[in-house]
Amino acid sequence: MDLDPVLLARLQFAFTITFHIIFPSFTIGLSAYIATVEVMWMKTGREHFHRLGRFWTKIFAVSFAMGVVSGIVLSYQLGTNWSRFSVVTGNVLGPLIGYEVLAAFFLEATFLGIMLFGWNRVPPALHTFSCIAVAVGTLISAFWILSANSWMHTPTGHAMRNGVAIPVDWLTVVFNPSFPYRFAHMVNAAFLTTCFVVFAVGARYLLAGKHLDEAKTMLRMAVGFAAIVAPLQLFLGDQHGLNTLKHQPIKIAAMEGHWDGSKPGDFHIFAWPDEKNEQNRFEISIPRGSSLILTHDPNGLFPGLKSVPRSERPPVVPVFFAFRIMLAIGFFMIGAALFGALLWWNGKLFETRWFLRVMAQTWWIGFVAVIAGWVVTETGRQPWVAHGILRTADATSPVLGASIATTLALFVVVYGVVFSAGIYYMNRLIAKGPSDVAEADQTPMLSPLSAAHDAGRAALAAKE
Amino acid sequence: MEWYLPLIWAALIGIAVAMYVILDGFDLGIGLLFPFAKSERERDQMVASIAPFWDGNETWLVLGGAGLLVAFPVAYAVIMPAFYLPVIAMLLALVFRGVAFEFRHVAQTSKVYWNVAFAAGSTIAALSQGVILGGLIQGIKVQNNAFAGGTFDWATPFALLCALGVAAGYALLGATWLVAKTEGAITERARIQGKWLLLAVLVFMAIVSLWTPLQFGRIAARWFSTPNIYFLWPVPLVTLAVALAAWRWLETGRTVLPFFAVIGLFLLGYLGLVISIFPYLVPPSLTIWDTAAVPASQIFMLIGTLFLLPIVLGYVGFVYWIFRGKVREGESYHH
Repeated sequence: MDLDPVLLARLQFAFTITFHIIFPSFTIGLSAYIATVEVMWMKTGREHFHRLGRFWTKIFAVSFAMGVVSGIVLSYQLGTNWSRFSVVTGNVLGPLIGYEVLAAFFLEATFLGIMLFGWNRVPPALHTFSCIAVAVGTLISAFWILSANSWMHTPTGHAMRNGVAIPVDWLTVVFNPSFPYRFAHMVNAAFLTTCFVVFAVGARYLLAGKHLDEAKTMLRMAVGFAAIVAPLQLFLGDQHGLNTLKHQPIKIAAMEGHWDGSKPGDFHIFAWPDEKNEQNRFEISIPRGSSLILTHDPNGLFPGLKSVPRSERPPVVPVFFAFRIMLAIGFFMIGAALFGALLWWNGKLFETRWFLRVMAQTWWIGFVAVIAGWVVTETGRQPWVAHGILRTADATSPVLGASIATTLALFVVVYGVVFSAGIYYMNRLIAKGPSDVAEADQTPMLSPLSAAHDAGRAALAAKE
Repeated sequence: MEWYLPLIWAALIGIAVAMYVILDGFDLGIGLLFPFAKSERERDQMVASIAPFWDGNETWLVLGGAGLLVAFPVAYAVIMPAFYLPVIAMLLALVFRGVAFEFRHVAQTSKVYWNVAFAAGSTIAALSQGVILGGLIQGIKVQNNAFAGGTFDWATPFALLCALGVAAGYALLGATWLVAKTEGAITERARIQGKWLLLAVLVFMAIVSLWTPLQFGRIAARWFSTPNIYFLWPVPLVTLAVALAAWRWLETGRTVLPFFAVIGLFLLGYLGLVISIFPYLVPPSLTIWDTAAVPASQIFMLIGTLFLLPIVLGYVGFVYWIFRGKVREGESYHH
């Protein structure tokens, strides 16, 4: 059997990293949200903030565990599947990942212990501090890993020696040209993704007439936050796109389905890019739309796909469509956020049931947008794994295709089971709702926890 | 000025690996002992004793992998493909046991499956790590600084022996952790399990200590040539003394001391391995200097490490202090 190791290695990595990014997209935003409600609880003393914090912490725990274990996989897969990539870029990227582990992972993992299990062991202030520490940890983690990823798109600050990238100027490596844009765009995406989950859960409770205090707080927070952050994301994405045009123009050409650089670009609302004949089919376009967006001039020109040989082009179809999925979701989010804000302004946010019904169903859209965005940028980078330095086809490990195929199948099975179970359990925690959490804590009959807590206290007191 | 940087990094990664083996060792060990628990309450108690720590413990594994990539990218690029299947088996096993912590807590009727996932995941992870260790001691076939061997080069009787040895060692760490952190029937059982496991670990250590110099000339030369032997002969004796102390403390009902004695035992075994292998990172051909990253990379990360590692150790210690004391039966994992 002839199995292409490059294709299989790519499929495997695409699968594991796509699975992984779902969880950080959620936990970056959720840790910040939990920290926020805990701070509000401490400031106002209102108990429903406390219940919200406890409730979301439970969901955070499940999600974070899946993020951690799928992240460990990645840190080893760079070696198992991409050993030549590790050799060529390790001197530059290794320390960035090293900083992520030392500065972020330990901070997150350690204070997570207090965040999850410390409710009864530490004073509220220390618990809140732990939540903030975890939230900060997720941001530090995003900083370093996005710096490393951005360097793969826009490598700077290095020199090539014997085919290996050697760092020359670390500041230029870390703050490579696409990093500030990518970081802002991704962190904002994570906040937005979480925001729409909170939005959906709030809407669900309000519609069901349950947990009304919490539901109203969640809805107000989500609408207010989204009304600022969703439009901001459009701006950040636009800036990121302009940066990409400067450094990776062919990626932009693929995103726009723009073949001929000698003419201004139309914005294709829909098209089927035909890579064989180097043209689009079934175009529905806004004339000169792309030129206007990218060059701020309806007659502006930007490079087309045909300006480089086929071997230098990324696969156009996935980049083109993933970009449109991301855009469509982005505009839906802006619309929903602004409409929600309008309803709130008119005092009808909690009464407009059709709107809440829609929002209760759209918890997943942020995740799809994040994945689509990553497909755009990573597929758009092809055929390079590190732009201009190393081609993906030259980056693999000396491993048999059969080994990669076998483990790919195992990853699909294991992640499939874990993901389904995780979603199922999270949904059940959401269905159970926040109030029960607090009741369980006050009613020893329902749970051995309070008793255990007292026993723990007694044991501690006896020790001291 | 460059020769000492790889030495510093070898020491740092050595520390990270030792931290990992000890810390994740005891919580993987809990998973290995899981099938011997008598009731769901006991299993909850066992999990509760490690729940706040496991994530931090596993982070040392990430640090080990990332550290290898940072400081010795060539070694990272040889070792990972060489142990492709065991590494991925370990990762998948860690996925299962990692999520099992959270899932068995929220699961109701499906809890039993996550119990199995936790035990099986821990066991497979421990065995895979042992196989990788054994495979590394055996040596990896290398050409032009890249892995040049076959898919199953690691699959030897020696690697299997190491796998069982590591699993026994982790279970021993887990048993002494339970002695230190739990109360009731579980503690008493852990004392008995600890004694049996201690014997098993000593047997494995003895076999490895005899097998390696017999099969690998380089290891025999390291231990038995003069003047090395004058410095090295106390290592096995101290090991035996520490094992005796662990046995006595298990027998005389001490709570925390057996755990520390077993940590000592691990560190001595680790020291023995380092003596056997050093300065090779990929035996028998690549040394730490052959595989090192350029000084600019090692220095950049070293600055951060010297600043961050003490902070990390500080708050890791802090969390162990917050969750000090025993977990009682019935005290369940909650948040």
